Amino acid sequence: MSDKTIDVPVTAEVRNRKGIGLPANTGEPIHIPRGPGALRTVILMARVTFREAARRKILWVAALGGAAFLGLSWAGLHAMIASMSPKVPAINRREGIGMMLMMVLYAGSMMTSLMAALTSCDTLSGEIASGTIHAIATKPVRRWCLVLGKWAGFVAMLTLYVLFVEGGSMGVSWLETRYFPPHSFAVLGLIWLQAILLLGVTMACSTRFSALTSGAVTLGLYGLAFVGGWIEQFGALRHIKTCVDLGIVASLVMPSDALWRRAAFRVQPPLFGAAGVSPFSSTLVPSPAIVAYAAIYAILALILAQILFEHRDL
Amino acid sequence: MGMTALTIDAEGLKKSYGTRTAVRDLTLQLRRGEAFGFLGPNGAGKSTSIKMLLGLVKPTGGRALLLGKPVGTREVRARIGFLPEHFRFYDWLSASELVLFHGRLCGLADDVLRRKVPYLLERVGLGSQDSKPIRSFSKGMMQRVGLAQAIVNDPEILFLDEPTSGLDPAGRKLVREVIREQRDRGATVFLNSHLLGEVEQSCDRVAFIRHGEIVGMYEMGAWQSAQTEVEIKAARVDSASLSRLAGIEGLVVVAADVQLGGQRLRLRVPSADCLPEVVRCLVENGAEIFSVVPQHVSLEDLFLQMMGPDPGL
Repeated sequence: MSDKTIDVPVTAEVRNRKGIGLPANTGEPIHIPRGPGALRTVILMARVTFREAARRKILWVAALGGAAFLGLSWAGLHAMIASMSPKVPAINRREGIGMMLMMVLYAGSMMTSLMAALTSCDTLSGEIASGTIHAIATKPVRRWCLVLGKWAGFVAMLTLYVLFVEGGSMGVSWLETRYFPPHSFAVLGLIWLQAILLLGVTMACSTRFSALTSGAVTLGLYGLAFVGGWIEQFGALRHIKTCVDLGIVASLVMPSDALWRRAAFRVQPPLFGAAGVSPFSSTLVPSPAIVAYAAIYAILALILAQILFEHRDL
Repeated sequence: MGMTALTIDAEGLKKSYGTRTAVRDLTLQLRRGEAFGFLGPNGAGKSTSIKMLLGLVKPTGGRALLLGKPVGTREVRARIGFLPEHFRFYDWLSASELVLFHGRLCGLADDVLRRKVPYLLERVGLGSQDSKPIRSFSKGMMQRVGLAQAIVNDPEILFLDEPTSGLDPAGRKLVREVIREQRDRGATVFLNSHLLGEVEQSCDRVAFIRHGEIVGMYEMGAWQSAQTEVEIKAARVDSASLSRLAGIEGLVVVAADVQLGGQRLRLRVPSADCLPEVVRCLVENGAEIFSVVPQHVSLEDLFLQMMGPDPGL
């Protein structure tokens, strides 16, 4: 460091001239006595969270991965169309494209879910462990606003991701085959809700557990819901009530798979539903009630994260 | 001292985690414009104490007022600054972005911050590095950014947790200057440090904490008149005279050893007034005195005396 910065004495006079002394010195109130308002805190934290993803290259790596995913889907779709003989009836053609698109959307929804859990699992626990949170939580801000702000930042990121990967898949399908799936906005909304749901759960966990544990809990629940979905569909197909009940319980514990199955039902071509059990179709369609349940679940997870963070020692 | 002059007023603050007690009893009164050193070995409860005063950790007993208001309220937090130990930040931000961010979290208006952030970075010697990402910073530079964010709101109480760790001599001098400036401005500075030399140079008062309890509190320099150590060079000091010396009230024989060319005694006496008696006692027992030199008791001596020889455990 240069001697200049050390040795120049900063007198009260200098401070006053610059207008940055104590309020008592300048007569100019510079504090907002209770700190920034709730909305401003949320916006500050959301922006810093979103920018963190951008600066730490998460956003770009994810975008690159998404682009590769779209490219592959496009190539796959193109090869499939090319292989179809012109004699294939239009309806079967559409079924094929629809099925391909559904698989792509399913893989995309898994990627979105992983993104939700992996990008957010470190945010609170990591900052608590490293002490980064200490300089922030001692500022005149409400702790629940910090959580809400971080959440909002991730929501913005995940929204872009869903639009890019899932919306992009639909776009690729349209560009290649002029086929656009039905109910596309509802489908995007359901996949988005799935990501937001997992985000809330991960953040709630990360107020108390390490990043690794939080990620593992969320992905564990996601896996449980996935298996539960299969069991439920199998039970429905074979009329085994216990299996259906087990599936319903799993959906209540974690409604992520139910959201996907609802999305799959909305997007599937009309004849496809009869094809039988697969993760891409729905023999037993989750009701709209489960969507409402998942939305409430996601909000409660966020509120739980705020309460847990508010009441913990840092 | 009137109630209003107290910036920190803690009484019987306590923190237990299950059966383990981290802080048994923290009772402190700090004044405006005072630099206060908080000393203790690792694990003595320093960090928990500072976190309770900052509102990061909820005490399990006792009460504390900062600036006349309960700890942890936003009103209080708007008027304090904190440089955490192992200072970590969003390292992908640049120094000026980071100070700006913390200024905004303090509720400062952007037009105030536009003037203030460059000034603060200049003040901590990072004027030319303000747009580099913190990731590329050394630990010392990081600590300087931390200091800048801690004073961004002109705090009335500034908490510094090990501010000089990782700093080079120029950086340590800077921290001392900032402490002095803040104190002169009327702020209370609460300095948590294990670098006793730093505390000795910066603080008006020190407290020692051990096993979660304050075991001693001194005005800086006051212990030197309260307790004096002298080194005596002598010959022919026998065990009888040593035991007679030990009979003088308040006197402690710190060391007595034989060196080339004579004996060396190190005594701790309650005050300089009893030195003539010490000399008389030795001479009457046949000893020859070559020199009696009062010793400077450093903060480190006092620390070791309070904590015992190996307080780290």
